[in-house]
Amino acid sequence: MTPAQYWHCFIGIQFREWLRFWQQRTRFASALVRPLLWLVVFAAGFRAVLGISIIPPYQTYITYETYIAPGLCGMIILFNSMQGALSMVYDRELGSMRVLLMSPLPRPFLLISKLLAMGVVSVGQVYVFLMLALFVDVEPPLWGYLAVLPALILTSLMLGAMGLLIAMWIKQLENFAGVMNFVIFPMFFMSSALYPLWKMNEASPWLYWVCQFNPFTHAIEAIRFSLYLEWNPLAWGVITGVTLVLVILATAGFRPQRTKILSSKPA
Amino acid sequence: MTLEARNISFRYGNKPVLKEVDFTLTSGGFHALLGPNGAGKSTLFGLLTRLLALQQGDILLAGQSLKKQPADAMRQIGVVFQQNALDLDLSVRQNLMYHGALHGLSRREARSRGDQELRRFGLLARAGDAVRELNGGHRRRVEIARALLHRPSLLLLDEPTAGLDVTSRRALNDHVRRLCKKDGLTVLWATHLIDEVHQQDRVLILHQGQLLADEKGLEIYSADGSKSLAETFESLTGSAP
Repeated sequence: MTPAQYWHCFIGIQFREWLRFWQQRTRFASALVRPLLWLVVFAAGFRAVLGISIIPPYQTYITYETYIAPGLCGMIILFNSMQGALSMVYDRELGSMRVLLMSPLPRPFLLISKLLAMGVVSVGQVYVFLMLALFVDVEPPLWGYLAVLPALILTSLMLGAMGLLIAMWIKQLENFAGVMNFVIFPMFFMSSALYPLWKMNEASPWLYWVCQFNPFTHAIEAIRFSLYLEWNPLAWGVITGVTLVLVILATAGFRPQRTKILSSKPA
Repeated sequence: MTLEARNISFRYGNKPVLKEVDFTLTSGGFHALLGPNGAGKSTLFGLLTRLLALQQGDILLAGQSLKKQPADAMRQIGVVFQQNALDLDLSVRQNLMYHGALHGLSRREARSRGDQELRRFGLLARAGDAVRELNGGHRRRVEIARALLHRPSLLLLDEPTAGLDVTSRRALNDHVRRLCKKDGLTVLWATHLIDEVHQQDRVLILHQGQLLADEKGLEIYSADGSKSLAETFESLTGSAP
């Protein structure tokens, strides 16, 4: 196969994902309701409870809305990735997965292209969310919107690969409710999305360390720092490493017989 | 193109699903894979399409092992699955172009080949319609058109008439037979419905994972003195076709 054929394939996969996004734009718009509720309602209520001191990357006192906006960006990607992975293995995307796997190109290439395509759609949603966040005065520097892009893409790839691994290997989590209770919520709450980790350290040192070992924390910190044009080597190091490992495991370990791709009967 | 299945066995856990299945499909022929539900047809398709990994035995396409040359093999195979594999919300043309891209075709090339196939299938006028608006028979035709887009020499169809009414089933079956004759395609048509099989077809009867017959339909039933293939099938498998 030639590089041009790889390119056509990659673009074809991306294009299809956007077509589907466009077909189902109302569903994607309603997916923004969740993070917006957190931003507008939860943050307003919590602002009074939680005082935030000046912590990097911020150079001044910030509102709670400003603090949780990067965490909510992560939340959008987290929900989408898990939902996307489940649909690849168990439902809506099964037909397209059958077609995908009939391609003569190497399977890891196809799966990474697919995860990236789903990720790019999530990233699009994150940008819409950030635009809406301007209304509650979350105003990162203009260049921050561009600087945050690699962090968003890497996060979506990391969580997409994680979702694929979970959907394929943990049979008990084949429905979204299970994933929400055992993956999404623990990852979200045990991270720096809603509260700075020094606060967590004051409350419970062992929870602090759980949060530190949660790659989602580092994804959020990479998003937060990039959005404010600061460099966070620890966060970047962690998410790059974790993404690499997860992508290799998810693609090399991909087994159609563990999914419903071959038949609609339980795998 | 010939396809050789050599001594294939497959098990899910401890449950054997295919037992030493061995056959050869001759180039340019229409072959019927006949078996009751649960005979192992879909598992065999899974192996032929690389969705399942071979546990024992080998599959050769034009003499090349599927294990060693997967990319070459996949270029030669067109597949129609039992379950729908079309995006219902996308248009017919968009579905075809997606498949073209997956086979490394440029957008222009994929579009022109897609339109060519649709014209041949009498569906060009529906190219811009969402698949959802098509009836079952037309959807299956689109799936066949798509499977042929990259010009494979082997067409695998796993119960392609599932869910269709009698008229659409017959039309689809005739359609594939014409393609087979005209283009020299090698076809493997899996079904549990005996009326989709002609007595001149090479018939492979699969039952409980074992290949019970592999001959022309006519020869299969005349050999055991039955009046029809249906009768032989019933006595071999114990299930009414």
